Amino acid sequence: MNWTWFYKLGSPKWFYETANKLLPWFLWIGVLMLVIGTVWGLVFAPEDYQQGNSFRIIYLHVPSAILAQSCYMMMAVAAIISLVWKMKLADMFIASAAPIGAAFTFLALFTGAVWGKPTWGTWWVWDARLTAMLVLLFLYFGVIALKSALENIDLASRASAILVLVGVVNIPIIKYSVEWWNTLHQPATFTLTEKPAMPPEMWMPLLVMVLGMYCFFTAVALMRMKNEILLRERRTKWVKTIISEDIKR
Amino acid sequence: MSRRNHSEQGLLSVLGVVLKREFLSAYRSRQELANPLVFFIIVIVLFPLGVSPEPVFLSKAAAGLVWVAALLATMLSLDRLFQSDYDDGSLEQLVLCAQPLYLIVLIKSLIHWSLTGLPLIMLSPFLATMLHLEAQHLPVLMLTLLMGTPVISLIGGIGAALTVSLRSGGILISLLVLPLTIPVLIFGTGTVQSSIDGLSVAGHFSIMGMMLALALTLSPFAIAAALKISVSD
Amino acid sequence: MSTALLKADKLTCERDDRLLFSGLSFELFSGEVLQLEGPNGAGKTTLLRILGGLFSTFEGVVNWKGQDVRQCYSEFQQELLFIGHKSSVKATLTPLENLRFLIGLQQSVKEGALWQALECVGLAGYEHVLCRNLSAGQKRRVALARLYLSDAKIWVLDEIFTAIDKKGVAQLEALLVEKAQSGVAIVLTTHHELAMPGVRQLRLGQVSE
Repeated sequence: MNWTWFYKLGSPKWFYETANKLLPWFLWIGVLMLVIGTVWGLVFAPEDYQQGNSFRIIYLHVPSAILAQSCYMMMAVAAIISLVWKMKLADMFIASAAPIGAAFTFLALFTGAVWGKPTWGTWWVWDARLTAMLVLLFLYFGVIALKSALENIDLASRASAILVLVGVVNIPIIKYSVEWWNTLHQPATFTLTEKPAMPPEMWMPLLVMVLGMYCFFTAVALMRMKNEILLRERRTKWVKTIISEDIKR
Repeated sequence: MSRRNHSEQGLLSVLGVVLKREFLSAYRSRQELANPLVFFIIVIVLFPLGVSPEPVFLSKAAAGLVWVAALLATMLSLDRLFQSDYDDGSLEQLVLCAQPLYLIVLIKSLIHWSLTGLPLIMLSPFLATMLHLEAQHLPVLMLTLLMGTPVISLIGGIGAALTVSLRSGGILISLLVLPLTIPVLIFGTGTVQSSIDGLSVAGHFSIMGMMLALALTLSPFAIAAALKISVSD
Repeated sequence: MSTALLKADKLTCERDDRLLFSGLSFELFSGEVLQLEGPNGAGKTTLLRILGGLFSTFEGVVNWKGQDVRQCYSEFQQELLFIGHKSSVKATLTPLENLRFLIGLQQSVKEGALWQALECVGLAGYEHVLCRNLSAGQKRRVALARLYLSDAKIWVLDEIFTAIDKKGVAQLEALLVEKAQSGVAIVLTTHHELAMPGVRQLRLGQVSE
């Protein structure tokens, strides 16, 4: 099998040029979908018979939770690629995506808390999913902290890849134990609205929001990666050309 | 015919050499060994002082407090695992040794545990009694600590290995490692809670055993990989 | 001519935005002494660490007995003696205990040999003194005592003459010559003027940008 496409993927220059072409698409489609999804969800979707209008926060909470988790999974895949194939781009992805993932996790926690107030009467509740999200936030912080503490780029990339992988192995264990802990301490459990039980008028805007967030994530990740590439490859000819052209303009 | 014509040093001899040096070095700085233990005691004492000395509150919180204090005390002691070896250059020699690094690392971690975790476990029944935990639950508490503290030491070893080239010490290690130790904490305290509620604890212990088995088999590899990276500079 | 023990093939290394060396190739034969020369920061220590297998961010290949070192690293490790910048000596242990540990990682030696080695480096009488009470030069000599005991076939030595007096330097040079004659391949860096015969030099720090 011809693996050149894979190795081409590892070329920062190729990635930078491709990112430039794809970025506007992801950005505008993402923003569009987010706007449509938000308006649809907040204004047009029908009221939930149990929770009234407060359930609408789901249109922010669920997509950000989904993104928070899949971002970490993507980082884990990138960590494997970075360690096994020593691809610089994979490490740049981890550096770029970690803060975005942390932001999504925080958004999920915040919207979860905001949802909690009208629904459960309190700003914070030690619900299994929220608690697991909180631990995920700590895992993100750990990666960000380690990366910024180690100055040597090569050291930082390999060390943070190992940390991401150690974290990903722990995530199912953490989730299982937090859920188990939650059942011990909260006999009166409540479930978040299950998606299949929602009528299409409710879950379609949710789907739009999820897809919109993925596009937005990709756009922001591409932007950050472009910067990372320019920074790390700043002594190569092609970057110097870009910078000098920028200065001329 | 032997491939090499000099006196081979087998795996067990190398591990023996490492073991001797670890214990010798710990003995020579034995006053430092007390520090995590004193910290353990102080943290536990802070709670009745800071929250409430009511037996009702304390006995409910006892298992959790002892566990959290053990977790924090172990975190602080992890610095000792690799830092001085890195500083004087002997860590490099361990990485260069022809024997598998992950086994050397496993030995170092277990010795470290025997010098910090094990004394914590011995102290725990006294402290738990001060927190009004009933005597019949003390063995359960100690057994959960016995199975859980090695896991904390091993996962902590990963954090220590990743950060040994920095001088950030315990704080960064704790930030990286504490979230990963949450499952052990949950199951450790949950087991004691089950015992207090009069429920069976066999299932909980088997889960703790599983975590211990996983930590023993997987973390040495992660620690070895992290050490090789930290030493390469 | 026998195959080279160690062969560096087109090594290129970049650190901290500086190109240290590019396309560097050289061979090291059994019984040879190779000195890496160059100004500070030229990459001598980095090259030594690459040869020792500690540093792996470089392009090119290092071959050990014809095979890529990365494929046969543990066989290579068994024949390697690497002495780096730091003394590897624990302040809370005695020279005897430190030496026992350091050499014990690689080969088994009799107690008597340990005492003899310490005597050879001029530490007779200090065997049971805690290393924290020794001078920097004395601590260095504890690590160097390994040289008298090791039967590794390839020695990678980074600045071993630091903090050693003239007599010590002459003694070490004599040891290196003796070992080279018995077939050990030696790569070293040093700021000292070496008085040993037959030292080949490799100059670093001449990469043009």
